[in-house]
Amino acid sequence: MIARPHQPLLRVEHLGMNHVQRHGVTNARLIVQAFADVNLTIYPGTTVALVGESGAGKSSLARCLALLEKPAEGEFWFDGVNLLALYGRALFPMRRKIQMIFQDPTSALNPRLTAGEIIAEPLLIHGQGTKAQRREQALNVMQQVGLPRKCERKTALEFSGGQRQRLAIARALILEPKLLILDEALSSLDIANQKMILKLLTDIQAARSLTYLHISHDLRLVSRFAEVVAVMHGGKIVEQGLAANLFAEPQHPYTQELLAAMPSLESICQERFA
Amino acid sequence: MAMKYIRRRLVHAAILLIAISILSFALLQLAPGDYFDAMRMNPLISAQTVNGLRTEYGLDRPLAVRYEHWLVSVLRGELGFSIAYNSPVGPLIWVRARNTLLLTCGATVLAWLLAIPVGTWSAKKRGTLADRACGVAMSTFLTIPDLLLYLCLLLLAVRTGWFPAGGMISPGASSLGFWSKAKDVALHLLLPCVGLALTITPMLVRHIRSALIDVLESRFIRAARANGISGTRVLFRYAWPVAANPLISLLGFSIGTMLSASVLVEVILSWPGLGPLLVEAIFARDVYVVIGVVMLSSVFLVAGNLFADLLLLANDPRIRVE
Repeated sequence: MIARPHQPLLRVEHLGMNHVQRHGVTNARLIVQAFADVNLTIYPGTTVALVGESGAGKSSLARCLALLEKPAEGEFWFDGVNLLALYGRALFPMRRKIQMIFQDPTSALNPRLTAGEIIAEPLLIHGQGTKAQRREQALNVMQQVGLPRKCERKTALEFSGGQRQRLAIARALILEPKLLILDEALSSLDIANQKMILKLLTDIQAARSLTYLHISHDLRLVSRFAEVVAVMHGGKIVEQGLAANLFAEPQHPYTQELLAAMPSLESICQERFA
Repeated sequence: MAMKYIRRRLVHAAILLIAISILSFALLQLAPGDYFDAMRMNPLISAQTVNGLRTEYGLDRPLAVRYEHWLVSVLRGELGFSIAYNSPVGPLIWVRARNTLLLTCGATVLAWLLAIPVGTWSAKKRGTLADRACGVAMSTFLTIPDLLLYLCLLLLAVRTGWFPAGGMISPGASSLGFWSKAKDVALHLLLPCVGLALTITPMLVRHIRSALIDVLESRFIRAARANGISGTRVLFRYAWPVAANPLISLLGFSIGTMLSASVLVEVILSWPGLGPLLVEAIFARDVYVVIGVVMLSSVFLVAGNLFADLLLLANDPRIRVE
């Protein structure tokens, strides 16, 4: 059992969001439910995984939690502040506390900026420090995520896939956020890189007592690091609990199905070569 | 490194221009008849006289010899000899080319000045009613035939009398001072310039809009937005620099094609540029004038593209010169 502080870092209740689509010709409104009635509580310093199939509403929820989109209904408390009551400039200082890392690091990095500029950019947006200070801070974070300082002047496209994801992590870390949302951040990496980035994330978490929300469709990956797992299906969270309990005794039929569909290497070998 | 690149591009351009000149020569040779064919129909002029004239102007010599003579005259800046004007082609073309350049440069600048704000605004407002209205307006402009547009402008000039309905300077304007003369030319330039700009603006708006939207929807913009960056800053610090590359290529292309696009507007609105000269020369089979204009527009096209490529080189650190 994990020792939990009483005050949660993030608490959402009955959160719901719709996508409004417009018909190409008639311009008629078409409302598609992204997710509804989502309840989720995340305690500081923990790693929570949100799993589910494509289209379950995971990424929409992630964008909502990253303050990229406004939910249609519900409550969203972060660090004791009701975020849905804040607008525009009032929301601005809260944004630095929640950072997001995207699936494809290539498209998530501005191709025109150098690595140093990319990492320092959030500081610039938040109007922090002088140019020299920002650069120094960027170089420090670069080193922390395992990128050599001499890469400062390279553009994003000159890095490998794993390095680009490190770059994206560095950009997220420079604002010293409390919550890092990783939207399928490991999915586009090969196994070796996945392992290295995961190790990096664990080290950073230990050093900074960061909180992670991992969005993933890969249960096997999630089972390696998540303390709490929430299973999303059809725009709702159908089951959540401690990873150990959830993997051992799944309650919801969808979770059971998901776990059954996750073959172990041994079972694959048995099936194919027996 | 950049100098080496420019030198290589210039060599390529020279080869291209030589190839174009050979092709123009060969194609015009294939076309039936020559400048003196009209004379043959005249019973008062004997066949001997016509043949004598053809020999005098060198039209009876083999193609290769004529090409060689033309090359030499190009080096002297004469670009061959116009039979219709009885003068070297060079001086004839330079004045006209200056007028055409004035028109096309003015129109290019005007078109981009119109297209950049409209395209940017439309991309920012994408999906809204305003954006759709803008899209419909641009499609409408695209479908209006250029000819109709120019005729409408001409009608406007004639009916209202607000603008001169042709030419480049008013009679007697040559005795005016510099500023009055410039004002007079600007007034004459206005209609052809607006007409030419309007024909390419919708195309530019569409390209600018779609290039910007591509970038605005990308993840790195989303990452910046998650940090609370303002919409205007996203547009100018992020979207424009990234979207600029295809647009710079488009700029080069639009400079290059303006010259051919200007032929119609020059003929209809009587702008004394290369257009009317080219049309006359084609009808009269004044071969060297035609080749001269063709060569000049090729130079424009090549120069426009070279200009765009150099801009790209300056704009984008990703473009490396081997």
